[in-house]
Amino acid sequence: MECHDLTVTYDRKPVLYGIDCCIPAGSLVGVLGPNGAGKSTLLKAALGLIPVSGGYVEMFGQPQGKVSRRVGYVPQRESVDWDFPVTVMDVVLMGRYGRLGLFRRPRKADREIAERSLEKVQMLGYADRQIGQLSGGQQQRVFLARALAQECDLYLMDEPFAAVDAATERAVIGLLREMRESGKTVLVVHHDLITAPTYFDRLLLLNLRCVAYGLTSEVWTPENLHQTYGGQMTVLSELALQSVAKVH
Amino acid sequence: MEFLLICATWIENAGRFLTLEDEFVRASVLGAVLLGLNCGALGSFLVVRRMSLVGDTLSHAVLPGIVGGYLWNQTKDPVAMLIGAIIAGVIGTMLMNAITSTTKIKSDAAQGIILTVFFAIGVCLISLLPPGNKGGVDRFLFGQLAAVSAQDISWLSKATAITGLSCLLGYRGLLVLSFDPVFGRLCGLPMRFLHYGLMLLTTLAIVVAMESVGVVLVSAMLVIPASAASLLTQRLHWLILMAGAFGVTAGLLGTFLSFVGDQPTGPMVVIAASGIFALAFGFSPRTGLVTGWWSAYKWNRQVEMENDLKSIYRHWEDQHGEESSDAQAHAFSPNEFVPLKKLRSLQSQGLVEVSELGGDRWKFTTRGLAAAQRVVRHHRLWELYLSRRASYPADHVHDDAEKIEHLMDDDQARRLAEQLGNPTCDPHGRPIP
Repeated sequence: MECHDLTVTYDRKPVLYGIDCCIPAGSLVGVLGPNGAGKSTLLKAALGLIPVSGGYVEMFGQPQGKVSRRVGYVPQRESVDWDFPVTVMDVVLMGRYGRLGLFRRPRKADREIAERSLEKVQMLGYADRQIGQLSGGQQQRVFLARALAQECDLYLMDEPFAAVDAATERAVIGLLREMRESGKTVLVVHHDLITAPTYFDRLLLLNLRCVAYGLTSEVWTPENLHQTYGGQMTVLSELALQSVAKVH
Repeated sequence: MEFLLICATWIENAGRFLTLEDEFVRASVLGAVLLGLNCGALGSFLVVRRMSLVGDTLSHAVLPGIVGGYLWNQTKDPVAMLIGAIIAGVIGTMLMNAITSTTKIKSDAAQGIILTVFFAIGVCLISLLPPGNKGGVDRFLFGQLAAVSAQDISWLSKATAITGLSCLLGYRGLLVLSFDPVFGRLCGLPMRFLHYGLMLLTTLAIVVAMESVGVVLVSAMLVIPASAASLLTQRLHWLILMAGAFGVTAGLLGTFLSFVGDQPTGPMVVIAASGIFALAFGFSPRTGLVTGWWSAYKWNRQVEMENDLKSIYRHWEDQHGEESSDAQAHAFSPNEFVPLKKLRSLQSQGLVEVSELGGDRWKFTTRGLAAAQRVVRHHRLWELYLSRRASYPADHVHDDAEKIEHLMDDDQARRLAEQLGNPTCDPHGRPIP
């Protein structure tokens, strides 16, 4: 995936400005930045969900619209109504709809893929539950399973670790690494500075513009973090700075 | 006497209705069935998409179109009215989307604007109608299911057939549209087409339903059956089927009541639909009000029963102490804690029985003793847990254990005992059975 001078404005105010980056296949990339830095906006603009006012994004060397089946998106949990009358299995099967089109019914093979996806996120036992009966972390994993069922090559995930307990977070990061090993590219919006340098091979530090992008060991410096978080450095970010020493 | 006469009329009307002798009864029954099915199914999507008010907005927004069609043709030609209504409905929907997608105004305010403005324009247009012709338009406002023509039936059945076919063929697309349209769009499914298709079908449903139940009440037929169904099921396809069935039932019942009591049809259909909703609201297995009362009542009975068993057990324990291990052999009498009335109630549940010793002496049955020991065990285990692990003082643990003893299941009690090293005494030194 490549971004070239990507700019997004909202009410004539730029919320993303001149983003340039080239993400090679098979990498696990973390997108970090303070609140309002434009992390979610970057994903949405890349997917063509919001209009772009300058620059362009290419995936697999083509515009996004042409390769939509190879790109999966895991939105924030709040983006849907969890009281909706569907079961976990129904939602995961939706991952197959893109390939099936409007009129073809899911076959046995599609169900098996959906079941395998649920198994990978350890949710197979909940397949027949209504989605509202799940905890926040479980709902997040259902979204992840739906994305897995899409069998894409590139995944954009918006805070998949939000509202997830420690055990689930370990399972999910294990899964993401497994995906990377099988050659898939994963871009993750993340907000925990403590874990970020250990999770990702590449980091994109974002604050309206791209502060730094590259291999974690090169990007993870006190100067870059200060520049990204600026005056908003919190106790947590200070702790993260200490972890910089460990990385180097 | 007068009342008897009214009753006689009602019975006669009911007879005429149920035998389906009259042509217009048959037509209105068919109309009600089709209308209920169509509106119920389409309303399901509105309800699960949290767009229920869209039905209301659309039903008001089509009014200027209907009157416009009338004015243009100067006759009550339904085709002209239908075309006018669809044009007005589409303009209304597009304006609503334009307002919500280009400004910060949310859909509720946008709907409020479109609904009132279009309705006002419609009412103004009605005043332009030549005198004597207003009856036709009044019918659109309040509905007259009893005067449905063969042409209306043909329109209703066409609309219902299109809805049924769309639900069947496009079900998965409509499911994604309703649950997560952004995801659908990213998968390359035609979300925009499905959305406008659904809106068009809803407009059509409103226009063909309008002569039967009227502008004002058609939105009720979209929302009420689907809402009732949403209380009873957790799967969208069942919701659609149930909403259709509820719509049909409401239509039939409403037409029947309206015919028997000589009342306007639209309001009677809506009242029948709300009756179905009230039943679902009261008796839904998960959220029903009456269901909730019933399970709370049953729970209270259970707690009371367990507390009675516990006080008998403890009373017996006080009297006999630790040396007697076979509690069943020991009888007890009614006392101030457990009076005879309660003992009889426990007897009817097979938990205690009259002792063979005679003289108003009672004893536990095997099952009753097990139940009593279970509650006491849970109570004392929890007391011990609180005082040992949560460092509660021994005199503060009783009230909490009074509640937990009823909630704990056997597996939890077993694990708790394991964690505490299978203790034999509670913090007050009493044995844990």
